[in-house]
Amino acid sequence: MEENLTIKGGEFLIKQTEANEIFIPEEFDEEQQMIAQTCDDFLETEVFPNLERIDAQEEGIMEGLVKKAGELGLLGISFPEEYEGFGQSFVTSMLASERMGAANSFAVAYSAHTGIGSCPIAYYGDHEQKQKYLSKLATGELTGAYCLTEPGSGSDANSGKTKAVLSEDGKHYILNGQKMWITNGGFADVQTVFAKIDNDRVYSAFIVESQWDGITYNPEEKKMGIKGSSTRQIFYNDVKVPVENLLGKRGEGFRIALNILHMGRIKLGGNVLGGAKRAIDQSVNYSNERKQFGQLISNFGSIKHKLAQQAIKTFTSESAVYRVSRNIDEAYEIYKNMEGCDVGRATMDAFGQFGSEAAIMKVFASEALDYVVDEEVQIMGGMGFSAEMPADRNYRDSRINRIFEGTNEINRILVTDTIIKRGQKNHVALFERAKEVIAELDNLKDDYQSQGYFEDKRHYVENFKKVALMLMEVAVNKFGRKLVHEQEVLNSISDILMNVYVAESTMLRVQKLEAVKPAEMYNLYKDMLDVYVFEAASIIYKHALDAIHSIEDETMTKKLMNAVKVYTKVDGVNTKDARRRIADKLIEENKYVF
Amino acid sequence: MKILVCISNVPDTTTKAKFVNDNTAFDTAGVQWIINPWDELALTRAIELKSDAANSIENITVITVGGKDAEPTIRKALAIGADDAVRIDAEPKDAYFVAAQIAEYIKNNPFDLIFSGIESADHNGSAVGGMVSEFLNIPSVSAVSAASIEGGQVKLTRDIDGGNEQVTPELPVLAIVQKGIAKEPMIAAMRGIMMARKKPLNVVAPIEVEVLTEVVNYEMPQPKPPCKMIEPENVKELVDLLQNEAKVI
Repeated sequence: MEENLTIKGGEFLIKQTEANEIFIPEEFDEEQQMIAQTCDDFLETEVFPNLERIDAQEEGIMEGLVKKAGELGLLGISFPEEYEGFGQSFVTSMLASERMGAANSFAVAYSAHTGIGSCPIAYYGDHEQKQKYLSKLATGELTGAYCLTEPGSGSDANSGKTKAVLSEDGKHYILNGQKMWITNGGFADVQTVFAKIDNDRVYSAFIVESQWDGITYNPEEKKMGIKGSSTRQIFYNDVKVPVENLLGKRGEGFRIALNILHMGRIKLGGNVLGGAKRAIDQSVNYSNERKQFGQLISNFGSIKHKLAQQAIKTFTSESAVYRVSRNIDEAYEIYKNMEGCDVGRATMDAFGQFGSEAAIMKVFASEALDYVVDEEVQIMGGMGFSAEMPADRNYRDSRINRIFEGTNEINRILVTDTIIKRGQKNHVALFERAKEVIAELDNLKDDYQSQGYFEDKRHYVENFKKVALMLMEVAVNKFGRKLVHEQEVLNSISDILMNVYVAESTMLRVQKLEAVKPAEMYNLYKDMLDVYVFEAASIIYKHALDAIHSIEDETMTKKLMNAVKVYTKVDGVNTKDARRRIADKLIEENKYVF
Repeated sequence: MKILVCISNVPDTTTKAKFVNDNTAFDTAGVQWIINPWDELALTRAIELKSDAANSIENITVITVGGKDAEPTIRKALAIGADDAVRIDAEPKDAYFVAAQIAEYIKNNPFDLIFSGIESADHNGSAVGGMVSEFLNIPSVSAVSAASIEGGQVKLTRDIDGGNEQVTPELPVLAIVQKGIAKEPMIAAMRGIMMARKKPLNVVAPIEVEVLTEVVNYEMPQPKPPCKMIEPENVKELVDLLQNEAKVI
């Protein structure tokens, strides 16, 4: 069935995708736009006026907001109608996640509830479990949390010590252990708890109701950011979990945990876009009001540079996030028609298929948001540092995105490692292509002549891919199975892969926009693409050099160095003027308009 | 009881208005369209009234005069909670034209309570509601800030200088509503959004109506000149500026 996919996970590296094969956010239909509007209206009326109260963790406020979102149906967008959901596509639920992403701590509570809090039951629960729990999680009657991390088990997620032992009468599992950093922990009614049965090597997953005897909580964690999000440590002391609350099969817990994280990662990619767009709006608003030296600071090149960069990072992230989201939907449609593949398995397999892309988006988009909020503070200067301005909260709240849903360090390793493994297992013909690229090095040509705007961009992107491929081939040859211990090399290759994927996605989106945008706007999209690809070339060049010298393959170093020079060669761009044009549009409209 | 809410399809209130064709036409490029905020509040109140079964409201219809491009706005009204919709298939040329179209529809399809917003956020004409009631020869109550139903009677509260006035008009009545009629516009819920496409949206042919106005051109208001600061002791300059520049004394 995998061969029926338009594109397989990781295949972007060896396949040319056409613009008409990707989904772009400009193609949201009327219904999807209405859902987005509902999210915006909800935030405007219920959340934004209450950000202070939320951050002060006023009793019941967050839980109340989650329930209100439930009344509007926003908690069950992509769950089956049979369980009070609305059966919408993943792309649609991503759009809602994006909009809700603007809401600081509430965004975290919303994501945790709809994602990791509800999805384990939605995708691994049996009919009874879904009827009992999912149908109430989808309406907000119940709220959910995901309990994986332990004090000694964070990134090394399967090393947890929480135990489950079958009771003598065989009716219950007796749960003992502790979990920490549990988002929504303070109010969630239902928890998915990962624990090892007897002396199992891997986790099993259990649905636990928070009011059961033996569950106790530490006070709320004091955090740097997302202060309004409830984060608790939870203790399980001889908690009796009915055997029917085992989620999936015994020993399936770690797979559930990882697959849910694939989903969580790509969702986070969408979530941060909402935060970024709102932070850009605030940045532009401020720079259009603040005067220095007798003029608005938005007149200054340094400020325009920041505004343009904020927009470019957001726009490029968005292009890739929705591209892979639609790929996930397409994979789901194919999988669900497979024999023996229920909705849950089809969904999880679809997320699993694009695990490397999900990791790319998690890292790229979370770092994009960090850039955006950092420059928001900077644009506002002294006021940005004042807690009176929203930049303060945005800056602190953004930081967690590089840590949760798998740290960016873990995800960087996953990007390259997942693609290499897919190549080694012959899911994608990665190494065949890599060997071709290496073979070409003896006959390297550096005589490319411009063939047109998009032809040139594609040429650059295909060259960037060659850099990644040759490095992967050489690294695997040099280190073999030990490559996993060469994290610095993997990181360098991952940064190249991220830029390849985002550059290609942005290129395809801009190409598609030609038909739908007026010329004046379309030219600005091309400006964004120009600046991004120009910068990506030097980022790729730098990471490639790092990798080549770190791999130290004496027979290859010189060849690789030459090749990197050729493959990262791009035409010059007047980035100053391009950024000014982008910024001027933001300044004119006084908001993010892309 | 049957309620009709007249809705207007207007540019989002944060739109930066621009004009084209020698300033004779509004530039619609990139504009986001919404339900006129006053109409949206009227619709919200209608839905609130219907949610109380004691009010025995059998149906809420929304009506607009506009082309097919107004349909997303109409479907938004259906998503919020209207039961069905009517689109009179004509570009809204002026208030008289619009009112005549709506009145004609109501003549053939009677309603008990008709809501219209006190003004629309595009041209701020404030004329359609009154004209519709005149065409139909039915009572209209303007500046309505509260509406309720008691014992089958519609009770309207209108703001007047220094207080308010309670009116219990004969039905059918046209209530021209202002802010206060509902607290906040109702947010379209997922269920409403999913149902909107299944609700009837009837497209009706327009009648011939004489267009009584013509747009000559649009002008943007002059930007406000910067504030001039004058030293407190410099009264002479102040007087000079007020007399010769501002020409107010």
